[in-house]
Amino acid sequence: MNDEGRLWEVFTQSKQGAPHEHAGNVHAADAEMALQNARDVYSRRGEAVSIWVVPSDQIFATSPSDEGPFFDPSNNKAYRHPQFYSVPKGVRGI
Amino acid sequence: MNEEQKLADFEARIERGEIIEPKDWMPERYRRQLIRMMSQHAHSEYVGMLPEGNWITRAPSLRRKMVLLAKVQDEAGHGLYIYSATETLGIDRKELLDQLLNGTAKYSSIFNYPSLSWADMGTIGWFVDGAAIVNQTMLAKSSYGPYARAMIRICKEENFHKKQGYEIITTLANGTAEQKKMAQDAVNRWWWPSLMMFGPTDKESPNSAELMKWKVKIKSNDELRQRFVDLTVPQAKAVNLTLPDPDLKLNEETGHWEFGHINWQEFYNVIKGNGPMNKERLKARNEAFEKGKWVREAALAYAKKHNN
Amino acid sequence: MTNILDKNIQNALFNYILGLGDDRLILGHRLSEWCGHAHILEEDIALGNIGLDLIGQASAYLSLAAEVENKNRTEDDLAYFRNEYEFKNFQLVEQPNIDFAYTIVRQFFFDVYEGIFLEELAKSKFEQMAGIAKKSIKENIYHTRHSRNWILRLGDGTEESHVKTQTAINDLWKFTGEIFSENENDNILINENFAPDLKPLKSKWNEIIKSVLNEATLEMPENIGFSSGSRSGIHTEHLGHLLAEMQIVARSFPGAKW
Repeated sequence: MNDEGRLWEVFTQSKQGAPHEHAGNVHAADAEMALQNARDVYSRRGEAVSIWVVPSDQIFATSPSDEGPFFDPSNNKAYRHPQFYSVPKGVRGI
Repeated sequence: MNEEQKLADFEARIERGEIIEPKDWMPERYRRQLIRMMSQHAHSEYVGMLPEGNWITRAPSLRRKMVLLAKVQDEAGHGLYIYSATETLGIDRKELLDQLLNGTAKYSSIFNYPSLSWADMGTIGWFVDGAAIVNQTMLAKSSYGPYARAMIRICKEENFHKKQGYEIITTLANGTAEQKKMAQDAVNRWWWPSLMMFGPTDKESPNSAELMKWKVKIKSNDELRQRFVDLTVPQAKAVNLTLPDPDLKLNEETGHWEFGHINWQEFYNVIKGNGPMNKERLKARNEAFEKGKWVREAALAYAKKHNN
Repeated sequence: MTNILDKNIQNALFNYILGLGDDRLILGHRLSEWCGHAHILEEDIALGNIGLDLIGQASAYLSLAAEVENKNRTEDDLAYFRNEYEFKNFQLVEQPNIDFAYTIVRQFFFDVYEGIFLEELAKSKFEQMAGIAKKSIKENIYHTRHSRNWILRLGDGTEESHVKTQTAINDLWKFTGEIFSENENDNILINENFAPDLKPLKSKWNEIIKSVLNEATLEMPENIGFSSGSRSGIHTEHLGHLLAEMQIVARSFPGAKW
């Protein structure tokens, strides 16, 4: 850690009910200052109604080499998708 | 997969127009070029706060004061977005800042010119932000995801930057004789350095070909410069100000405005650190950093004590 | 509403709103001086945000003051074409940014006052003024969170930051006496329920300041030798320099539009 503090990833929610989306990052020595900085940096125009900050080193991600094995298998389970099922003609609301 | 295959794969991805993300394999050279280019861009935003910051306390109306403060503050934000995107390449912001502070990093030559009158706030917004928008609109389609995303956000926010500058210039151009003189003087001083912002001509630009091959850049320096000139000439005419280039003329065939010779010697001189304000700009950045040391230390010490 | 006011009240109201505008203009101006010079990029943005809020509020108050005065002056006339003895801002807000600690202490003293004050001002019978106050309450909550956070970190950070912050507190303390004082002008408005009575609020301010300073391991100074008179145009030497800079362009081109 350098003297600018830890790196924090910032997630902002644009309106109530919407998901939090990654906006960028900020440097701060602690969580409260990270929230404050995130508010100033990523919501100067009132873009957010809620903000999460997470220490960057606490985020675990898949790696690009996972792309095939990790995600492809779920792509061939057609029965997870509604189009897989047939419904008698004229029936609605299913 | 050996390195050669990886490179071939990578270039095929670029060719297909795919976006490269931080954890994807990339040639070391691509990574280094991005770090160089993105950090120069971030430094430019950071140093770019200074010439306009110089006039916030003297802005002649409350509205102008707020607009200018909001604009310079945006530049801090934009510097931060780009530093943030650069950090995804595995380099720390502190390291980038060290390079800026010790004078080894480059930033846009334009910010080494002084801001001498209120009219400069108009021309900086109109020319400098105008040029930046031309450049950044292109970069928003860059092959590196974090850079492109930062550019999209910045373009959206910078919409008002050029407009407010042009509004200042329009007001001055339609104002008293003294105001008009002030506006023309600023146009005279900022026009050529603004053209230099796009960098050396394609023939002289050492990095361009590679950056374009990898679609970090989509257009060449000369193409972008031409686009800027074509956009700006009619804007100058509309407010009855003269761009200081006797050779400016419309080529009916191409539809482009041809312009005179750029003083590249001046450009390289400024890049080498001998511009009118290079030393002052670096001094200002270093002073802020030194004076802020105890504050950064206090924040860290507090976080440590309070178990954060 | 303003054209049916009694002359006396109209005048008192004008002076009062002018004071509110001047406080925020001068403090906002001081914060704007930091832009580009803070210790970390994130803080450049934070101080800019707070400065913008304050200048925005100043602009609203000054344009209301101009309306109340009804002499064809604009908010910019009031900001740029008055002399220092006509400015009514607290001496506290004109104090210079000697270092970040002075900026934060000055801000914290003001923010806590503002939080208490706005709640009362929002009840004013003069609706336009109450309206501006209501709008600023949210902004103030954020400002106070920012300055309080920094007081805690600077006070309870390093030995060096502690000393610097205590020094700023001791130096700025003498300017805090007048922020809850009332004058003849205020009394006219208090009687009309236009302005809040500040006297009962002082102890609340003291309490909050004391508890935060305490948490930050800082000391609250003794109440001796308060400086006063800002509402009637008495200032420290710093205001003149600030105005000279702020007004130079506007005054160099009289009659010009910007």
